[in-house]
Amino acid sequence: MKNNFFTYTKKQCSDLIKGIYSNKVVLMFLILCIFGISTTGKPLTYTISEVFSRFSRNTFLVLALIIPVLAGLGLNFGIVVGAMAAQIAIFFVVYWGLSGVSGLLLCILLSTPIAILFGYLTGALYNKTKGAEMISGMVLAYFADGLYYLLFLFILGGVIPINNETLMISGGVGVKNTIDLTGNLKYSLDNISMLILVRTILTLYFIVSFANLWVRKNKEGRTIQIIKLVLIPITFGITFIPMVSQFMGTDRLLLLDAITIACVIAIIYAVVKLISIRFIQKDKDTDINRLISILIVAVISYGLTYIPAIYDITLAVYLPVCTYAAIILLCGFNRWLLSTRLGQNMRTVGQSRTVANSAGINVNKTRIIAMCLSTVLASWGQIIYLQNLGTFSTYGAHTMVGQYAIAALLVGGASVQKANNKHAILGVILFHTLFVVAPLSASNLFGSALIGEYFRVFICYGVIALSLAMHAWKTLKKPEVAKGDK
Amino acid sequence: MDTNYVLRMNNISKEYYGTQVLKNINLSVAPGEIHALMGENGAGKSTLMNILFGMPVIHNTGGFDGTIEVDGVPVVIDSPHKAMELGIGMVHQEFMLLPGFTITENIKIGREISNPTFISRIFGKSLEKLDQKAMAKDAKKALDTIGLNIEEYTRVKGLPVGYMQFIEIAREIDKSGIKLLIFDEPTAVLTESEADRLLDTMRLLAKKGIAIIFITHRIDEVMAVTDSMTVLRDGSLVDRVLTKDVNPVRIAEMMIGRKVEKLLDDTDDNRTISSDDIILDIKNIEVKMPGERVRGVDLAIRRGEIFGIGGLAGQGKIGIPNGIMGLYETTGSITFDGNEIDPKILGDALKKGIANVSEDRRGVGLLLNESIEQNITFTAMQIQGKFLKNYGITKLYDKKQALEHAKNMIKTLDIRCTGPDQAVGRLSGGNQQKVCIARALTLTPKLLIVAEPTRGIDIGAKKLVIELLAKLNREQGLTIIMVSSELNELRSICDRIAIVAEGKIARILKPEDPDAEFGLAMSGVKQEVHKDE
Amino acid sequence: MNKLIKNIYQSIGLPRLIIFAFFILVVFAAGFYNMDVLSLMSNVLRRWGMYGILVLAMVPSIQCGNGPNFGVSLGIVCGLFGSLVSIELDIANLSIFADNKHLGAWMSLLFAVVLSALIAWFVGMGYGVLLNRVKGSEMTVSTYVGFSVIAFMNILWVTLPFTNGDIKWPIGGEGARNTITLANSFSEVLNNTASIGNQDTGLFVPTGLLLFFFLFCFIIYLFLKSKTGIAMSAAGANPNFAKASGINVNKMRIIGTALSTSLGAVGIITYAQAFGFLQMYNAPLMMGFSCVAAVLIGGASTTRARISHVIIGTFLFQGLLVVALPVANSVLTGTDLSDIIRMIVSNGIILYALTKAKGGAANEE
Repeated sequence: MKNNFFTYTKKQCSDLIKGIYSNKVVLMFLILCIFGISTTGKPLTYTISEVFSRFSRNTFLVLALIIPVLAGLGLNFGIVVGAMAAQIAIFFVVYWGLSGVSGLLLCILLSTPIAILFGYLTGALYNKTKGAEMISGMVLAYFADGLYYLLFLFILGGVIPINNETLMISGGVGVKNTIDLTGNLKYSLDNISMLILVRTILTLYFIVSFANLWVRKNKEGRTIQIIKLVLIPITFGITFIPMVSQFMGTDRLLLLDAITIACVIAIIYAVVKLISIRFIQKDKDTDINRLISILIVAVISYGLTYIPAIYDITLAVYLPVCTYAAIILLCGFNRWLLSTRLGQNMRTVGQSRTVANSAGINVNKTRIIAMCLSTVLASWGQIIYLQNLGTFSTYGAHTMVGQYAIAALLVGGASVQKANNKHAILGVILFHTLFVVAPLSASNLFGSALIGEYFRVFICYGVIALSLAMHAWKTLKKPEVAKGDK
Repeated sequence: MDTNYVLRMNNISKEYYGTQVLKNINLSVAPGEIHALMGENGAGKSTLMNILFGMPVIHNTGGFDGTIEVDGVPVVIDSPHKAMELGIGMVHQEFMLLPGFTITENIKIGREISNPTFISRIFGKSLEKLDQKAMAKDAKKALDTIGLNIEEYTRVKGLPVGYMQFIEIAREIDKSGIKLLIFDEPTAVLTESEADRLLDTMRLLAKKGIAIIFITHRIDEVMAVTDSMTVLRDGSLVDRVLTKDVNPVRIAEMMIGRKVEKLLDDTDDNRTISSDDIILDIKNIEVKMPGERVRGVDLAIRRGEIFGIGGLAGQGKIGIPNGIMGLYETTGSITFDGNEIDPKILGDALKKGIANVSEDRRGVGLLLNESIEQNITFTAMQIQGKFLKNYGITKLYDKKQALEHAKNMIKTLDIRCTGPDQAVGRLSGGNQQKVCIARALTLTPKLLIVAEPTRGIDIGAKKLVIELLAKLNREQGLTIIMVSSELNELRSICDRIAIVAEGKIARILKPEDPDAEFGLAMSGVKQEVHKDE
Repeated sequence: MNKLIKNIYQSIGLPRLIIFAFFILVVFAAGFYNMDVLSLMSNVLRRWGMYGILVLAMVPSIQCGNGPNFGVSLGIVCGLFGSLVSIELDIANLSIFADNKHLGAWMSLLFAVVLSALIAWFVGMGYGVLLNRVKGSEMTVSTYVGFSVIAFMNILWVTLPFTNGDIKWPIGGEGARNTITLANSFSEVLNNTASIGNQDTGLFVPTGLLLFFFLFCFIIYLFLKSKTGIAMSAAGANPNFAKASGINVNKMRIIGTALSTSLGAVGIITYAQAFGFLQMYNAPLMMGFSCVAAVLIGGASTTRARISHVIIGTFLFQGLLVVALPVANSVLTGTDLSDIIRMIVSNGIILYALTKAKGGAANEE
């Protein structure tokens, strides 16, 4: 057993190193980031807390890109359209004067149907330009930008009467350049306290479990279901213990606490699983190795927080719980989708439309569904982004959304045909570290922040160009090789 | 009939745009029988299979006549899906596999096993969770059935070609209630040992009661594995025979045998061709043309003759001219009229006096949107600098001279068009072919290579093109190499005919040699190669 | 008769018809609102010549099979660089031109044109090699190559050690200015050469500019009639055909790309001299899109383009923008509709062309 575990660890570690080495882009950015961090001339805590806040702001948008990649639509430059849907919703919510959680909910409620419509149209366009989806997406983004301007500059106020002096340009036609979200939507998601989150999740889970028990016809696994139904209210009750509710009453979680909680949960999960495998199922599987490594990693990460330098950092960073919860949920959604029939169909379509067609899959429909999902997720992502930022630049907030998100995904090691949650998360961390660090380092080294500013834009475009070129090159080479083999 | 047939196709006839491609074909296969479906290219095999699978191409062109019975019950097959439901499966020649998927996922494509979940109960079946374990179990079972020992969770990417064929088979037999399996030229891409294993697998499947239709042109494989066969020729049924009643020579005769309809009237032939005066000497060339690979060919073409190269599609006959012209990676030595031609230099053969009319008229042979004049003059201008007028600092296209030449060509070759300005895309096939030949002749070549000159053009135009080639040869003494899939055409004009099989010259025959000789050579039955007469 | 109309309709195409009708509509509207139609027309002519060569750069790129050159920004930055060198060396004010300012301006323009066209040719060759490796996705790749080059040059503009007062910020600031005046070099030198009419009143025809534009059109027209030009067009129309006629397709594509890049460089200089300023940094970022749109409006597709498409397309597109602006302003006061029309029309027409390009850029597996 022990021996087994060592070989497993060795294999995992070597896979990790090989993975990083084989993916030169990631390696390059890792080096750039380390170099950048060491030359900022600012304390590490500053950089890291900046990166964390950018992470919470941007990751959702990047994750929205994964589904189209799987469905063979490439990098969806059209997520800008989703962002526009969100912005339209936000404008009206602000105009109607809603704020806080209700404002946020209304934003989501309003933007979702708009985004579905936009996603459908984008998907239909992509179906007409098969093989040229990416260039269509880029052009579409600019085209939609024009329509967006038309809407915000002329139709709002010009056609639809809007009487609001703070929102509209004096004269009443056209929306002002920036809309301040302070006091209405700012931090509306970030400020939801953990307590509410946990209670909501538990309630939802309870309803679902109960309904499931009711709907399900076969009696198999009934006892587990019932145990669940009993356990949920008990947990719910725990949240009313004063100490717990006081701790959970906050909306920001100290990084140190977050790490501790994550470690504890991981350890509990691993131990419970181990016990159930060894004593209940008696099923000897390679899974045991994975669980043991989870245990060890959890313990080590917890141990690391005792190093003073890291300890300082963990005390300086506060995480908005709900935003992170949304990101984790979306990761889970992406994984879950892949395990369904729909997800499998998307992967099939992504690999070959001909094969998918001959297997009886409706290719066009699958692609449109993928686009709708991506656009809706992008619109939610933009809501998260703007509520965290607090100011909504009416005509500029969406323009770079697609490019930054795509660049981040690519930096994480994804390609036109392959992307997953890991790429997205790693990519956001690396890309935004560089974004924070570049101007600082440049002003520190060259005495000019402008260079860094331009450098990071160059990096953003450059990495996209590189990755597109690599992809085109590979697809061009592949058929030749395949034919040569015959 | 007493036997219970799994499948009976009765009196199948099919027309495409007025041309009869199938005439009263009967096909019947019994359970556990391996039945060969044989015929040359264009004999109607694939049309028959398209009908059996209810392919849209059949319905879009007006359907077909005749009836189909499965297990004695008349059925209407209007979609591939319907064919699948009836238990008819097909192993494609081109693999329908996804390299990024595991073997299990490939076997279960479109037919995944899934379990309902809470969410799927609300949102519908497409959100059901896949049951990976059950899928793996099924895949393993299918793989075991055909005796393929491979882990079902391996990715298809990187597997040897031979394995992919077996995975395709596994996918078909995994479908529930499979009764009839069609193998479309399955051994074409396999090595010899892989092909042997495939034949074993076919026997194994037949033993389990599955009927098999085996489409192939390899006579030795047919002799080895099948119980019976149906031979088609030119869209008509030749015969249904039991394998044990025939021999390879008889099969070859059945496939090829036809009365040679004359495409060329007798003309005065006062050429003197000497077997010592070699204009083109090819030694051991290998051409890496995808799908038409040449694996070591020696040829000696005599000055003034019309030399034919025949053989079935995919055997490499097309690769020979493409190799000479340097269009694909080629090794070996080519000597032309005393000069060495380097196939690695693009256009070397053109410069030294060989002109080529491509087999792919619309894809390679023409600029469809450009005018007749442009198409005729293009190569000569690029290679020989004709039709350029010197303006001192620069040379520009001399439209006047080009038009004159084009008009000339239109007259001599009798190209039917509105004028030299007409876009070639709007011409009929035969006239397009003439434009291609005109372009080649504009180069005033010493050797003309024509590949598939009559493909896709009607019978009248066919005759004209053949007559034109004969005229060029007889009157101007132009040496011609003609590559064609139509044996009849080669035999009506050529002095000698080389038959290519598996990328090599199988035999060099005379046009008047018996049908069986041609048939055997084309089917790759291993024989001693006669080095010329 | 019916068939004839249908044929004409099909050869013009729906979007072109709409744009043309729209153009006519705004021209009439301009008349209706009592605007100075003559000065509008002068403006249209000026913009026609100004953008013409940039749009012309699309022709070799499309003809050689690369599709519309979204990466024309590569040529643009070369042109900017050439102009900067010309200004830095202060060619216009060299002592030999002391008594003829006009000649000095011409020389400085020619120096910039020749230098930047040369640089652009070599850059374009490298770019062509890249595009040969990404056949089938040229448009996607070239868009982002164009973007990255602009971003990369931004770093250079900041860091290059210019000394000329026109280029440097007057006080503080790093690197080159955002907009650099050409008043001391070749501002409007083409426009004013042999011009007809008065700039302030009535119709002004920038004859020199238009002649310069037509000269380049003619040169490209001749090139397309030469042996190499015909070979290049054939390589773009049907690579297999070209190959079978002994033509090195990749080489032809490189020539086409290099030519397109060079034209881009000349184009931006022509643009800048008519505008009076060099626009640095992110200003040329989206210029490629406008050029692509103009040639498509003129009747080109992503696979075929002619000189006439350039001339017609630039006139229609720029004309529309010029005339629509004041008209829109008088309908909806105080807003800038022109930019929005540009975005919608230009990107709309590109999208339309993409949906029509059957298999053009398709990358079927």
